[in-house]
Amino acid sequence: MPKITYLAHDGTKFEVDAENGSTVMENAIKNSVPGIEAECGGACACATCHVYVDEAWTEKTGSPEAMEEDMLDFAYDVQPTSRLSCQIKVTDDLDGLVVKVPERQA
Amino acid sequence: MSDKSNSIAETDVVIIGAGPVGLFAVFELGLLDLKCHLIDILDRPGGQCAELYPEKPIYDIPAWPEISGQGLTDRLMEQIAPFDPVFHFNRMVAGVEKQDDGSFIVTTDEDEKIKAKVVVIAAGGGSFQPKRPPVPGIEAFEDTSVFYSVRRTEEFKGHDLLIIGGGDSALDWTLNLLPIANSVTLLHRRDAFRAAPDSVNKMKALVEKGDMSLQLGQVTGLNGSDGQIESANVKTSDGDIVDVKCTRILPFFGLTMKLGPIADWGLNLNENLVSVDTEKFATNEPGIFAIGDINTYPGKLKLILSGFHEAALMAHAAKKHIDPDERIVFQYTTSSTKLQKKLGV
Ligand SMILES: Cc1cc2nc3c(=O)[nH]c(=O)nc-3n(C[C@H](O)[C@H](O)[C@H](O)COP(=O)(O)OP(=O)(O)OC[C@H]3O[C@@H](n4cnc5c(N)ncnc54)[C@H](O)[C@@H]3O)c2cc1C
Ligand code: FES
Repeated sequence: MPKITYLAHDGTKFEVDAENGSTVMENAIKNSVPGIEAECGGACACATCHVYVDEAWTEKTGSPEAMEEDMLDFAYDVQPTSRLSCQIKVTDDLDGLVVKVPERQA
Repeated sequence: MSDKSNSIAETDVVIIGAGPVGLFAVFELGLLDLKCHLIDILDRPGGQCAELYPEKPIYDIPAWPEISGQGLTDRLMEQIAPFDPVFHFNRMVAGVEKQDDGSFIVTTDEDEKIKAKVVVIAAGGGSFQPKRPPVPGIEAFEDTSVFYSVRRTEEFKGHDLLIIGGGDSALDWTLNLLPIANSVTLLHRRDAFRAAPDSVNKMKALVEKGDMSLQLGQVTGLNGSDGQIESANVKTSDGDIVDVKCTRILPFFGLTMKLGPIADWGLNLNENLVSVDTEKFATNEPGIFAIGDINTYPGKLKLILSGFHEAALMAHAAKKHIDPDERIVFQYTTSSTKLQKKLGV
């Protein structure tokens, strides 16, 4: 199973095994990573699952689709590496992925 | 739509919330000859389905393998049309007061009053309210310099406005307030807008002519004192911080749901949800029922399908509450000519 590392805002590291096909948000919630709220349950309708993808991984995770970009408008301190974690699907390609949790959600 | 005369309208049932469950309740109550008024803070029906996911598919509505949030809302509106429900949009229900005769007076934030024999709370996750953008210290300026909606355009006359957002609200108010403001700056994260292309083009033409400014970036801080804003720190896409002068800010960051005044009506609550029984979906206050996402009971599932079931049982209990002596004959819409007459089929 691919491994994902979440860096919480206070620096705490969470390393989790993620199933292929699940989303980066779902694995954060399942493992109680602090700072990921995911109010809408993954429907790309709340922007409270915002993460920064580690620079080394941005190419592999790809860029947000139009709907996700629209939703990112509501997030806090959006950066070029910003993504909504419910829109990133886990695949073998993402084994080792590192994402950072922002200071706060919208 | 209601007028603003504070007049007392009278009806059988007031439904608080025009989400899918409130809408379907009109149907079930209508079959039992009960007339409904619905009140919602949104400007249209559909609740979460219309506001949060109009275009996304729902897969668990019985007999609809796939239907969008807006599609479901449209079908419900069609289904309840024979019962002529009266809608009061853009209104928050502020109070519910029991009268000596057991009826209720429901009051809106515009101080309109509606008298009803039964009140049905179908308030979902609470009333939709503008989201506060995550800018540190913004609370100190709210209602003096920072406004989340425009109630009276007069408030903005002669001011230096900073409007934040890229959706229709932001663009519409930019265009509407420009003629009366001293200056207008529209701030958005990126050079792509969710708003209707027509308004975006109009805005860009005004920027071109020098009538207003467009700034790309995000607000990181606010400056001012005693609730009077003087400027906003804006982080541009290049990472620079610029200072944008302004005396009024209008942020449009979407909507979130808050329980609101329902908490003050003396109802038994459990973690911000209204406790009901599973026979009548009645609250602890006789004559007030609660259905859909707003209620809670052992085994509750926040599904549209469950809300529909709750609406049917509630309607029969509401009818009994209003006419305790009338015998309700159970009938099918397929075979009852009486029900079909009500439906106009
Ligand atoms: C992204 C997303 C996807 C979903 N997918 C599904 C799905 O696939 N299947 C499913 O069954 N469910 C789904 N749901 C849940 C479903 O949308 C809700 O269960 C449903 O909307 C509840 O309906 P409701 O009528 O009880 O409340 P709501 O839809 O929440 O409507 C309540 C209305 O009441 C209004 N209101 C509240 N208080 C007041 C007040 N004081 N004054 C005036 N107005 C007020 C609100 O403004 C709102 O419009 C989903 C939800 C979301 C967010
Ligand atoms: S969980 Fe709501 S947008 Fe990702």
